[in-house]
Amino acid sequence: MTHRIDFQTDPSRYRHWRVEYDGEIANLYMDVDEQGGLFPGYELKLNSYDLGVDIELADVVQRMRFEHPEVKVVVMQSAKDRVFCAGANIRMLGGASHAHKVNFCKFTNETRNTFEAAEADSGQKYIAAVKGACAGGGYELALACNYILLTNDSSSSVALPEVPLLAVLPGTGGLTRVTDKRKVRRDLADVFCSVEEGVKGQRAVDWRLVDEIAPNSKFDEVVQERAREFAAASAKPSNLTGIELTPLDRRFAEDGSLTYSAVEVSIDRAGGRATLTITGPSDPAPASVAELQWQGAQAWILRAARELDDAILHLRLNERQIGTLVFQTQGDPTAVLAHEALLLANRDHWLANEILHYWKRVLKRVDMTSRSLVAIVEHGSCFAGPLAELLWAVDRSYMMLDEFEGDNRPLAAVTLSEGNFGPYPMGNDLTRLQTRFLGAPETVDTLRGHVGKALEAAEAEELGLVTYAYDDIDWEDEVRIFLEERASFSPDAMTGMEANLRFAGPETMETRIFGRLTAWQNWIFQRPNAVGPDGALQRYGTGVRGDYNMERV
Amino acid sequence: MLDLINVSYDTQIPNNVGLSQDKKVLKALEKWHPGYINWWNDLIPQNFQQSMVYLRTAVSVDPKGWAKFDYVKMPEYRWGVLLAPQVENRTIPCGEHYGQPAWQEVPGEYRNLLKRLIVIQGDTEPASVEQQRLLALTAPSLYDMRNLFQVNVEEGRHLWAMVYLLHKYFGRDGREEADDLLRRQSGSEEAPRMLGAFNEETPDWLSFFMFTYFTDRDGKMQLESLAQSGFDPLSRTCRFMLTEEAHHMFVGETGVGRTIERTCQVMKENGIDDPFDVDRIRGLGVIDLPLIQKKLNLHYTLSLDLFGQEVSTNAANAFNAGIKGRYMEARITDDHQLQSDTYVVWDLVDGKAVQKEVPALTAINMRLRDDYTKDAAGGVGRWNKIIEKHGIDFELKLPHEAFHRKIGVFANLPFDPEGKVVTGAEYDKGLPEWLPTHADGDYIQSLMKPCYEAGQYARWIAPPKVGIDNKPGDFEYVKLHMA
Ligand SMILES: [Fe+2]
Ligand SMILES: [Fe+2]
Repeated sequence: MTHRIDFQTDPSRYRHWRVEYDGEIANLYMDVDEQGGLFPGYELKLNSYDLGVDIELADVVQRMRFEHPEVKVVVMQSAKDRVFCAGANIRMLGGASHAHKVNFCKFTNETRNTFEAAEADSGQKYIAAVKGACAGGGYELALACNYILLTNDSSSSVALPEVPLLAVLPGTGGLTRVTDKRKVRRDLADVFCSVEEGVKGQRAVDWRLVDEIAPNSKFDEVVQERAREFAAASAKPSNLTGIELTPLDRRFAEDGSLTYSAVEVSIDRAGGRATLTITGPSDPAPASVAELQWQGAQAWILRAARELDDAILHLRLNERQIGTLVFQTQGDPTAVLAHEALLLANRDHWLANEILHYWKRVLKRVDMTSRSLVAIVEHGSCFAGPLAELLWAVDRSYMMLDEFEGDNRPLAAVTLSEGNFGPYPMGNDLTRLQTRFLGAPETVDTLRGHVGKALEAAEAEELGLVTYAYDDIDWEDEVRIFLEERASFSPDAMTGMEANLRFAGPETMETRIFGRLTAWQNWIFQRPNAVGPDGALQRYGTGVRGDYNMERV
Repeated sequence: MLDLINVSYDTQIPNNVGLSQDKKVLKALEKWHPGYINWWNDLIPQNFQQSMVYLRTAVSVDPKGWAKFDYVKMPEYRWGVLLAPQVENRTIPCGEHYGQPAWQEVPGEYRNLLKRLIVIQGDTEPASVEQQRLLALTAPSLYDMRNLFQVNVEEGRHLWAMVYLLHKYFGRDGREEADDLLRRQSGSEEAPRMLGAFNEETPDWLSFFMFTYFTDRDGKMQLESLAQSGFDPLSRTCRFMLTEEAHHMFVGETGVGRTIERTCQVMKENGIDDPFDVDRIRGLGVIDLPLIQKKLNLHYTLSLDLFGQEVSTNAANAFNAGIKGRYMEARITDDHQLQSDTYVVWDLVDGKAVQKEVPALTAINMRLRDDYTKDAAGGVGRWNKIIEKHGIDFELKLPHEAFHRKIGVFANLPFDPEGKVVTGAEYDKGLPEWLPTHADGDYIQSLMKPCYEAGQYARWIAPPKVGIDNKPGDFEYVKLHMA
């Protein structure tokens, strides 16, 4: 592999961010190292970012939750003079392949969603303290915060200059958050998104682009004051102690296969697929949340989530020829349920709560993965509780029916838990079961009556929990032929089809970002007006504007 | 009757596919088999089911085993699953995978395409039996009745062959398709057979002969192209089916030939030289040559329609995928990929039939149809020899392919049998001379009287030159059960 992008990092390795902890307040400084780009060929000037910068931010946000539950307010600010953040690095974008751009945007979107949800999920409120230029992706960072303070120095502004400057969209949630979250009037939003220099001062407040402006001389003071007020108003318990997110136990084999403690990824390059096998817990569930906290990152239910998360990210960015992801599990379903049950019974405990929310995010990451997803429910598997969610995240599922010759593992079963009826919603705010049975909501009620019951293949198929159940005789052929057929289709058509079929039901800001905004952005990313030799991205910085083909498509 | 509970699949179902060891196919076949027997029993009138018929059974694919003759009741016929022997190191003979090892398993990529082709082929096999189910009631001889039954049981075996492939290689979908092959019925309103031509009843014996000559020949050409499939089990299945199909052609060709022979004989005996002296000829109880030409026109053109559109992307896809080859693919000397070749097809330009070049890949159907026409012309020539031998001035001809078409560029346009565009009025006027009229049908029907005496033949048809299995002229080919 030429250059593997690693999503694992820790504070000792940060080059672009730093956090100063001050009791219930954490000051998060963006201080991008110009020479610290992930790839050669560009400098990260003016706090502009690339994927590497965002990987660190994602790590900051994740550790904030697990390692620093005492924090109630996070102040996102710049450590540089006169610039908050200039957004995604243009030269990086200009030089990146289409596929990299798309994956980069998806990951940055997921990270924005993650810290945006931190207030509701974890009682950690993010404030953007904007001093200096806050443009494009910079303003999108601020938009994802829960409160935006802008200094009123008559030059600092917030801006989305992508359209006039680069002929692309503010694609990291910008357009969507302006209208759906900030609720800026659409004609004003149209003005705002068409002017390079953005909007500053009182007008920014009037147009709802920021929550508050403060005089420059008192800005830092006001920021800290707000932070203290928010912390004081927080309903979150104080003086919580975190756990350490220790490094993952992860080994790469020569052929690119990956082994974690509870997750295994094997790669079939000729077949264009990866098989992710999650192993159920081998130890009994912790007896109490105290024991859970003592186990910390070693607790199976957290470990498995972190490993699955890392595996998905790795496959997305580093294994782009792998078009199909096959999910399998092995283990004792009742043990999986027991581990989950502890969390469900203690949702008011910060760590139990965090782990449940983390599973929610990991499963959303699976939903959002642009690969053909399939679950193979073999004998001896443990598709129960959170792992059962995978069955409804994937595009199709195949389940072993009845006994197989020479296979003495316990018969394949799907086991539902209360967890399947709320804690892990999809981006559309419905559970996967609600989404799956959109046309028959009563089925979800029926299924609730089956919680805790091992549903074998015939019943699981009957209830609509799996796509196909096949016996010994048909199994091998059916699965093989499906995988071969899948691998023969156009990957573009597959991605498009799957993305459209996966997210039935209502739109949310999240689905609008990943559906509407992303799709338009990815289209523009293919168009010569943006990426052609005379397009705006290539010409950026030359002083010459992009040469546009004026035909409306 | 077969003992359905204790069918011994290796003895009662002759096969060379290791059926008794194949748990998967056995299980599927056990479920399907009773439905098949029911289908058969409901089909042909009971007294024929109970009759002893001198039939050929294929018990293996080697020269000794493929033609065992004996008396058997049809429901007890041993339908087998026989594939031509595997050719070692066979490669995919055409398309983008040209030269790669032939597939022994279904490639996932082409599963649905393959399944569709097998289902369409499979659907025609029982369809023709359904179309012919009542013919035995008017058989012109026991010899002809036996030939009819032979064709019928072999079409039944062809159904088995396709069902075997569906069961073996296409899982649950395949089993459902196999069941549907029994659910559809020729001419049914509820669930008709897939191809239009297979939903018409075969009303009389001349139609039967024409059908086996022209329509079965389409089947033969389809089998020829499937025999070239890169999916080896399909290729092997079709190669063996072709040996049986040859006999069906024979029944058709000799049936028409014997009808012509008889007509010519009777004309000569009665001093009639003019083949168009229809009233006199019919007065003598034989079928006039112009009517035979009309029947030929009808069956030939219906069969042409079975080849589909002149320019077909389906056919191109199947060829390019290596799923379906051309007639005698291996003997063709080109690159077998046809990425840049062209082929000449008929087209309609300014209302006229003209020939033009199109990409060869999209003209795969037409090429097969041209091969079909050449193949079909052979027998017509031999029929003309019979007429010539009797010194009668009449020549049977295959009509132009623009005539009387329902599919393709010439569909529903007023072309005459020469391929010339005519006016509506001319077309209406010509039609009774080109295609059988209802009155013609009535006449043929009036001749359809059974002749069940061993060695005897209906007046309108001559006896064969040689018997089946070299049996003497008075051999009792069917021991009728007259309950
Ligand atoms: Fe046949
Ligand atoms: Fe036939």
